[in-house]
Amino acid sequence: MQLESFLEQSARLRPDKTALVCGSRRWTYAELETACNRLAAALVAQGIERGDRVAIHLDNSFEAVAAIFASLKASAVFVMVNPTTKPDKLAYLLNNSRAKALVMPARKLASLEASWPLMPHLEHVIVASGEPPAEFPSEKTCHSLDELLARHAADTLPPSKRAIDVDLAALVYTSGSTGNPKGVMLTHLNMVSAATSITTYLENTPEDIILNVLPLSFDYGLYQVLMGLKIGGTVVLERSFTYAHAVMEKLVAERVTGFPLVPTMSAILLQMDLGKYDLRRLRYVTNTGAALPTDHILKLRKLLPHARIYSMYGLTECKRVSYLPPEEIDRRPGSVGRGMPNEEVWIVDDAGRPVGPGVVGELVVRGSNVMKGYWELPEETAKKLKPGPLPGEKVLYTGDLFRMDDEGYLYFVGRKDDIIKSRGEKVSPKEVENVLYSHPAIAEAAVIGLADEILGQAIKAVVTLKGGAALTGRDVLRHCAAHLEDFMVPQHVEIRDAMPKTSNGKIDKLQLCGAAE
Amino acid sequence: MNDIAESLRRFARENFLFGRQDDFSDADSFLELGIIDSTGVLELVAFIESTYEVRVEDEELVPENLDSIDNLVRFVESKQSVAVTSG
Repeated sequence: MQLESFLEQSARLRPDKTALVCGSRRWTYAELETACNRLAAALVAQGIERGDRVAIHLDNSFEAVAAIFASLKASAVFVMVNPTTKPDKLAYLLNNSRAKALVMPARKLASLEASWPLMPHLEHVIVASGEPPAEFPSEKTCHSLDELLARHAADTLPPSKRAIDVDLAALVYTSGSTGNPKGVMLTHLNMVSAATSITTYLENTPEDIILNVLPLSFDYGLYQVLMGLKIGGTVVLERSFTYAHAVMEKLVAERVTGFPLVPTMSAILLQMDLGKYDLRRLRYVTNTGAALPTDHILKLRKLLPHARIYSMYGLTECKRVSYLPPEEIDRRPGSVGRGMPNEEVWIVDDAGRPVGPGVVGELVVRGSNVMKGYWELPEETAKKLKPGPLPGEKVLYTGDLFRMDDEGYLYFVGRKDDIIKSRGEKVSPKEVENVLYSHPAIAEAAVIGLADEILGQAIKAVVTLKGGAALTGRDVLRHCAAHLEDFMVPQHVEIRDAMPKTSNGKIDKLQLCGAAE
Repeated sequence: MNDIAESLRRFARENFLFGRQDDFSDADSFLELGIIDSTGVLELVAFIESTYEVRVEDEELVPENLDSIDNLVRFVESKQSVAVTSG
């Protein structure tokens, strides 16, 4: 089964049902399916071939959803790019994936003018909400998405399918401790399996109406759309949780039944007076991205007594690993549950041997949701995918430390590497440090995570300056904001005269963390 | 020049643009420009409440009130006209 069949099958069964709500606009399954087929035809006409990568750099919107399914229908591989990604990283991602097409908002065209020559594999740019510029490099094309939809108005059926389920459906880039993002290769089989397991344990039905405010560039957000369409439900898509009150009003007005959260959102919810919203239709909320503090769980239970709360854990490399059945949340609020359907998990010691209950070790995941590897990074891939029980099979070493209780319930202990989890998203200290080092006045840089009530972890940049340089904390933040996604920009900056060093001369981050306590 | 507009513009420049001299007009939407997020809104509200001595209710946390300099000025002025001002 191909991933786009989620939309195609639901469109056959329920053509007139509302599939997608974005702001004040709504699309039925038939309307969405037709639009995606037209855009797919446009991609094929432009020369997009089986396996080509199509980058999608848009806010959560109808256009983003259409671009995802159009790419799949064209037998291509979609690559979501966070809408706050800055030009140099965008160029890195496009070059790394050798994307042939890019779908982006017209308002960003000006900021990329200097970048086009730096993206030699990119042939086609499709702009949403606006017109192509008067001047554009002649070796690339630039069209408006609306114009392409109009041009292909007659192409209401999908192009013929060339991919099979073991072909790639998406590349999902994730931050790693080496500093450069890695493209997680996900096949149709990976994604269909994961979506099937998850909708099974969430007990989704066509009556579900899912409200998603998480970026589609985050797999947690992306799958809300994929799963919502798979089950024949309705997806209410918002760009962010920035105006929480407005989002909650939307939740009530649209009679939302499912609301995925990250801890940053629940922290905000708990500061609001939720009593003024009628939340009785809310059937479930989910949490992943970072552990939900037990305190938040207890408060959410009181505020949403009718809702099932699913505490979950996963990683991009296999989409999701575990979920805690809502019935267990009062008894085991600190657990992220047991493996999801159609999956096996176990914990190993440093030698790779399975350990018993109570022993801390690395979590290993086996199942058809496990990625095929990192795009063109065989060494990195070999660190995460190792031989499994069957010949030729690979299982995923998560890099996360867990222990299991006597009944197999998992408890997250910590990460093996130093990735920071801020607002539920992975932030690579190395990636932020690389940006800091690119500033001419900065001599040394170290990035650490500090515990933060709302963010999970706050990002702190500690720097020393080159002789004679005068830089303020604000200058440092401005430099970071120009090169990093918003969730990666540090919250705190400290400019020091000197860095503490370990005995072998490396910056002593443990001391920096200790000094910050 | 409107003092409220000026101090809001300065606040936005310093906290959301970190001092970048980007051109954004008073009518431009912060959301559209991608320069504000949920923690940014909280900071903005804290700034308005302490600077103009008004109280922002949960249901007033909407783009119509907060999403551009123009909207913010209008919002703050309307709150001040009903607030009890102290000498």
